[in-house]
Formats: sequence, structure tokens, C-alpha cells
Amino acid sequence: MPEPLLKLDHLRKAYGALVVTDDVSLEVRPGELHAIIGPNGAGKTTLIHQMSGLARSDSGRIVFDGHEITRLPMHERVRRGLARSFQITSILPAFSALENVALAVQARSGSSFRMFGDAAREEALNEPALAALNLVNLGHRAHVPAGLLSHGEKRQLELAVALATEPKLLLLDEPLAGTGHEESERVVEILRGLKGRYTIVLIEHDMEAVFALADRVSVLVYGRVIATDTPERVRANAEVRAAYLGEEAA
Amino acid sequence: MSGSIQVAEQVAGARPSTPGLRRYAVPVLLFAALALAPWLAVAAFGAEGYVLSLLSRVMIFAIAAIALDLILGYGALVSFGHAAFLGIGAYSVGILSSHGIEDAFIQLAVTLGASALFALVTGAISLRTKGVYFIMITLAFGQMLFFLATSLAAYGGDDGLTLANKSLVFGQKLIEGDRVFYYVVFGCLLGVYLLGRSIVASRFGRVLRGTRENATRMEAIGYHPFRYQLTAYVISGMMAGLAGFLLANQAEFVSPAYMTWQRSGELIFMVILGGMASLHGAVLGAAAFLLLEEYLAGWTEHWKMIFGPLLILVVLFVRGGIMGLIGRGRDA
Repeated sequence: MPEPLLKLDHLRKAYGALVVTDDVSLEVRPGELHAIIGPNGAGKTTLIHQMSGLARSDSGRIVFDGHEITRLPMHERVRRGLARSFQITSILPAFSALENVALAVQARSGSSFRMFGDAAREEALNEPALAALNLVNLGHRAHVPAGLLSHGEKRQLELAVALATEPKLLLLDEPLAGTGHEESERVVEILRGLKGRYTIVLIEHDMEAVFALADRVSVLVYGRVIATDTPERVRANAEVRAAYLGEEAA
Repeated sequence: MSGSIQVAEQVAGARPSTPGLRRYAVPVLLFAALALAPWLAVAAFGAEGYVLSLLSRVMIFAIAAIALDLILGYGALVSFGHAAFLGIGAYSVGILSSHGIEDAFIQLAVTLGASALFALVTGAISLRTKGVYFIMITLAFGQMLFFLATSLAAYGGDDGLTLANKSLVFGQKLIEGDRVFYYVVFGCLLGVYLLGRSIVASRFGRVLRGTRENATRMEAIGYHPFRYQLTAYVISGMMAGLAGFLLANQAEFVSPAYMTWQRSGELIFMVILGGMASLHGAVLGAAAFLLLEEYLAGWTEHWKMIFGPLLILVVLFVRGGIMGLIGRGRDA
């Protein structure tokens, strides 16, 4: 078995008396698409915040690519190849789609303290940015201000921005949130294309999409991982059905 | 003095078609008007000295307003203590002159060095806060410096100190004449404006603008916003320090009044009045603010009764300030 790319080791996070992440241990293997599911309030988003560095962990360890990153700020983790997208679309509305992505390219290429030269015309930034946009089928909308994109397109842009940071691991926080049927099919198709090329942690509400895409699924209930297994076995797991799937399957 | 207003009308009427022309029309006309102003002044008013000194003052505050626009318009950092840098520049000139060091280059170097240092220290502390707290802490630092200046008994305390003459260049009184000084200020303004333009469009500027839109997003793609904000704050402080250096030379007088919190507020007003995040908007704002003040003050001694409500009306009803009126909005 290969070394896990990301390893959560007895991770914990509490807001006051409320324990949101309760002794979570999890391993993400290189190349897999690992989905984390759970009912509302299970602590999925908090967990992804802890992984990405947006929230601090009270105790436990996070090991990424062989190095402990538990105390690293978010921007340092990104530089080591841990990129994330946001559940609530978090793009720069006044920037064009291309510029949104080019900024992510810029973060990895040379100094951002350069004060001369028009950054918007730098081919070295725009070319990889356009490539990332094409990867999510958004190339034709490159010059549209991001704020004017449709909701589904914004979700695609989120993905392109995360991809442009050249991640080793993608943390995707509900990439289908708020999308209509057609839009969500488009995003699922894009995720299918990324699968295998990137290691992905996918937090998602849409069960259909999760079971279609994931190699392994972890189920989070009240801050605890109650099962980690293949989609089929998770679907069959009695505890999972009782805690979570039961009401939906009924 | 009506130069800037004419510019606004011309551009609004012309409606140029290409985006490039639209972007450059206002600043080109604005700076052309300022460059020609000394001749226009003689032709139109015959009172060159008065007009030149008024317009020099406008351009000096325009430099400070550009400095503020750089962090306020492009970085969403509302510094309520920017007059402190005017004071640092002015007192660098005043204090050095009173010790017989009148060389402009030495004074300028001290001005820029002291401004950068003050910005670095206060910025490093202020930028750990956000929103209203940032406003309050920059105000507090500004007030600290103000009270320090009033307590400098050796340098005039409350009353300030008068300079014997303007700074010397190569030991000569080269910038003593109204017209020469006017063009020195004009050159500084143009330089600061072009530097600002370059910064805004650069990689650095794009990170600053991105942080204005969404700081968390910037962290999520690998930036540490604090470093860029602090650098911008230091650059802005140095630009405003330069304005202070020029202000002392223009008035040949230095006093704590240069760095009151009201002055900081006026700078914010100039930026908003002209339209945030365009840089030349800050120049228009400074011009509108100071010329209106001058005009109203000459008209009635109760001019503030008119000036205040007028400013409020502009803020309420003219979104995007003068640049908004011209119809350019801000270029992201």
C-alpha cells in the first residue's frame, strides 16, 4: 500500500462545548477520489476548513505529502500543493474569468512584488490560465467578468482556479452546491475528467454524484467518521443506513 | 482653475469609441491642462502668482490623494491617519532647515526614509486589524504624531516654524520662483501618477486588487495578503510624505495643523469626491475640493455652511464621484 498523500490523525475541533470534529482519522491515497459525505451539521465544512488551513485544529495532526502541516497557514499549504474550492462561490467578481485564474498561476510563478509591466498582458500567466479554463470547458468565457457568469459557470471557474495552483491534492467543498440539473451534470462530467489525474477529496451532498465518482467514501456523522469504504459497501453498511442514508433511501 | 472642469465636460461630450482612448482621455487632458495652466492663468486672470500658488497647492494635495487612493481605492484600506505623512514630510524640511541643512535632496531622502519607517511600523500593527478597527488605529497613530509635533517646543510647538527660504538645489535657490516651483510640483505629480498607474496594472497591483475583492480567496490560491498590503501602505506613505515635503516648501512654513485628523478626513473626501480607484480621480477630487473651498471662502465667511452639505450631496447622489459623472467608472 502506498503512503497516503493526506493523513488526518485524531483531529479535533470544538466551538465552545460543541465538538464539531471529533477524533477524525482519515487517509487519502494518492490518485483516489475520496468523498466525504454526511448529513447537514455533520461537520463536513469544518473538516475541510481544518484540512485547508482556514480553521485551526484544537488537537491532532495533519500530514500532507510526508510533512506535518497542522499549524501551517492556508497560503503555505497551497504552496505545498493543497488547493481547495469553496462551497459558497468565492471568486473575484470584478476580475475577468481569465484574470481570476491568472492570479492563481501568478502565485506560483515568480515574484508578485513586481511593480512594472502590465500583468494582464503576460502570456506566461495567461496561457496556463487559459489552459485551466479549457480544462473546465470555460475557455470561451475567458474575458467575461466573473461576476457576470452563471452560477454553474462560477462553479466551473472555482475548479479552474484551484487547478491553476498546480495542486497535488484538490479539496472540493460541495462543487455542485446550488447548481441546477443540467449544470450539475456538466460539473460531474468535468470532475470525471479530473479523476485519476489529481488526488481529490470531495465533500458533496449529491449522493448520486458521489456514488458515481468516488473510489472511496467516508461517512461523517456528528463529527465522527463512522465508515470509510468503497461506495458499494458504504451503501450496504447498516450503521450508515441507520444514521444517514436510511431517511433518503426510504 | 476651470481646467479640470472643462476637461470633464469635453470628455463627457466626446464619447470616444475605443476603450483605450476612453481610458487615457481624462488623464491626458487633465495633465495637459495642468501643464498649460501658467499661460492660461496669465491670459485669463492676469494674476499669475495667485493662480500658480493655488494650483501648486492643488497638485500637492493631489499627490497625497493619489497616495491614499492607492491603498483606499485599490486595497480597500481606509487610512484615517494619512495626514501624518504630510506632517512627516513637512517637518523633515522644517527641522533640517532649522539646523541649517537646506539641501533639497537630503531633505527629500529624510522625508522618504522617515515616511517609509513610520508606515512600516504603524502599518505592520494596523494591518493586523480590519474594517473599523483599521480606521481607528490609523487615526490613533496620526493623532500620536500630531501631539508629538505640538509638543516640539524647539521647533515652534503649536505655532510651527517658518522657513527662511525654500529648499536649496545644489546650494542654489533654484526652485524659489513661482513658475519653477509649479513645474517641480507638476513633475512630482506626474511621476507619482505614472508610478501609481504602473503599480496598479502590475503583478503586485493585481494581488492588491484581488485582496480588496476577497482576501480569503487570495490566501486560498497561495498569497499572504498582509505582505502586499504592508508594501502598498509603505509606498503610499512615502508618496504622501513627498506631498508634505512640497507643502512645506510651498508655504515656507511648517505646523502641526498639517497633520490634524481633519486633514486626514479631507484626503479621504478628495478621493471619494473624485472617484475611488482611478488615480486621476484623486487629482480631480483634490482640485474640486480645494478650488470649491477657495471659491466659497472668497464668497462668504460662512462658506462651511455651504461646503459641508454640498459634499454630503455629492457622496449621496453621485456614486463614483467625479469620475462616475464622467461616466468612466473605475477600471478594475
